[in-house]
Amino acid sequence: MKILKLPKDKLDLFASVVQQFGELHAPVEQDGKYAFKRLTHWSDARLDYDRTILPPKKYFLPPREALFHYRPGEGFVPATEGLDKRIVLFGVHACDIYALNILDRVYAGKLNIQDRVYTGPYHDPYYQARRKNIAIIGIDCVPDKQCFCRSMRADFVDHGFDLFFYDTGDYYQVLVGTALGDDMVLATGRLFEPVEHGDIAEYKSRSLEKRQAFQLEVEIRDLPEIFEMEYQSQVWDELGKQCLSCGSCSMVCPTCYCYDVADDVELGSRAGTRTRSWDSCLFASHAQIASGENFRHSRASRIKFRFYHKQRGFVAEYGRPSCVGCGRCISACPVNIDVVQVLESLRRVEHVASR
Amino acid sequence: MLLADEVATHQPVLSDNPYQPYLARIVRIEKMIENTQVFTLRFLDEHLVRSFRHQPGQFVMLSIPGTGEMPISISSSPTRPEVLELCVRRVGRVTSALYRMRTNDVVGVRGPYGNGYPMQEIAGHDLLLAAGGLGMAPLRSLLWYALDHRDQFHNLTLMYGSKRPEDMLFRQELVALVDRADINCLLTVDADPSGTWKNHVGLLPTMFDYAKIDPARTYAAVCGPPVVYKFILQRLLNLGFPKNRILMSLERRMKCGVGKCGHCSIGYKYTCLHGPIFTYWDAINLPEMI
Repeated sequence: MKILKLPKDKLDLFASVVQQFGELHAPVEQDGKYAFKRLTHWSDARLDYDRTILPPKKYFLPPREALFHYRPGEGFVPATEGLDKRIVLFGVHACDIYALNILDRVYAGKLNIQDRVYTGPYHDPYYQARRKNIAIIGIDCVPDKQCFCRSMRADFVDHGFDLFFYDTGDYYQVLVGTALGDDMVLATGRLFEPVEHGDIAEYKSRSLEKRQAFQLEVEIRDLPEIFEMEYQSQVWDELGKQCLSCGSCSMVCPTCYCYDVADDVELGSRAGTRTRSWDSCLFASHAQIASGENFRHSRASRIKFRFYHKQRGFVAEYGRPSCVGCGRCISACPVNIDVVQVLESLRRVEHVASR
Repeated sequence: MLLADEVATHQPVLSDNPYQPYLARIVRIEKMIENTQVFTLRFLDEHLVRSFRHQPGQFVMLSIPGTGEMPISISSSPTRPEVLELCVRRVGRVTSALYRMRTNDVVGVRGPYGNGYPMQEIAGHDLLLAAGGLGMAPLRSLLWYALDHRDQFHNLTLMYGSKRPEDMLFRQELVALVDRADINCLLTVDADPSGTWKNHVGLLPTMFDYAKIDPARTYAAVCGPPVVYKFILQRLLNLGFPKNRILMSLERRMKCGVGKCGHCSIGYKYTCLHGPIFTYWDAINLPEMI
């Protein structure tokens, strides 16, 4: 992998050059929190942000998107609006890039064969088109009290970005992930410099600091086994009483990908649009079939399902949990359900009186 | 991530779109029982008519323009191609819209999806089909596949039960099988108020008294309401059936059919990809299965 460095005072110059590769989007401040948005001025970008309210998932699987337009006589015509829009997402954290790599396993199908990871047999062409047209420039970060990406093995990524920036003081050390990333570097002329031994030493000492900054830890080894053993645990009933089934955790989750589909008819015509929108397995309707039967009627069964699918089911299907430890669901939950505490309570050893 | 070689030639074409419904004409509507009809469909595109192939046990996603999409198991056998027969009960919004349609109206179809019955694995064995009520809908495809490839199987047994004779799906064609020598077709009703029923009267599990089943060389395909699973599965286990030779067809909410939308997941399996045919071993190892 090509590794270079960029003087920090040249970052704004780089940002202006990179705009020729697409509309520039980055985290900006919004009511004391952060959100990925289109930049109007480079100075609005807040690369020191902790986490955005919604993950970059919103660019690849929009909250609502048209799939087809139905026109009598023509049938279902694929909706392609916006799919060819070129965007450069600047300042994506490692956990969020990792989450996109996880979404690839489910949605990208054939696109991902080169990475030799198991992918589902079908691709999602809408996701795939956006994935091709949205460039990703990653940036490293300092963990806060809600980050547990290290436990979920998502504190570093080795692919899934075009460029990745590591802060090393006066410079950014830059990993070039793709040919497009290399084109971006080349387009800046001589802004980037080769790295020297001192830069690598600086990177390593900062990496160690980052490792020591984590305040949360979860052990994920044998978690699938513990989930099987604790399937009837009281923990789930208690969570079921707390949970409001609001679905906030799913909306802010960088790897939740469930969607609902609805057909709308234009008034006064037989033409219409088939639209998909984000859904959540916590909603009562998620597993309800037309006859009215509901396979996950109770809240307890639904929240258990969400945990089970992410931490156990996904491991069986794709080889790792689908959680990346970004901490968003901890912030978003209105009743303070905390994923780390839930996993800890499942692991807790209760001393059984000796017989 | 943008792939550099596609920058210059990029085209936002959704080629090979797995969500694309293809238009099909309703060529026949036949009432089966109260609130259940068989819709026979034929693709408008003649190329699709000839190229569409499915396995018994697979399903399609059926679109009613302006209303929505739903998964429906294919009731016709792949040995009788060119049309698709879908046995649909009127239960919800989309099925109600389908029931308002007439012959020659156009719907959307995509698929086939799901694993289907493992036909290569079953070949060379005895085959027992056990269905209750609407459970005959997915099994009918398997039934006709087996009858049309009769030499691939040894003993063939069908046990089918419904509440009354008028609740029996495909009654006419099934009654015609009773006298055939190449299948032991056991049809039963819980009650026969009209007194015109010439076959068995009694609960479905009693049909085992009339069948010679060798669990050592038989695959059992079971489909029906929970009560059918409960009693038939128990009966098969008592006979000594291996758990992975009992095949069940499951039904779940689905929005995509291709392992994306998440609705049909059971534990960590997707009904649309790993099913809808599951073995009994799968069933006892996955939570919420039945």
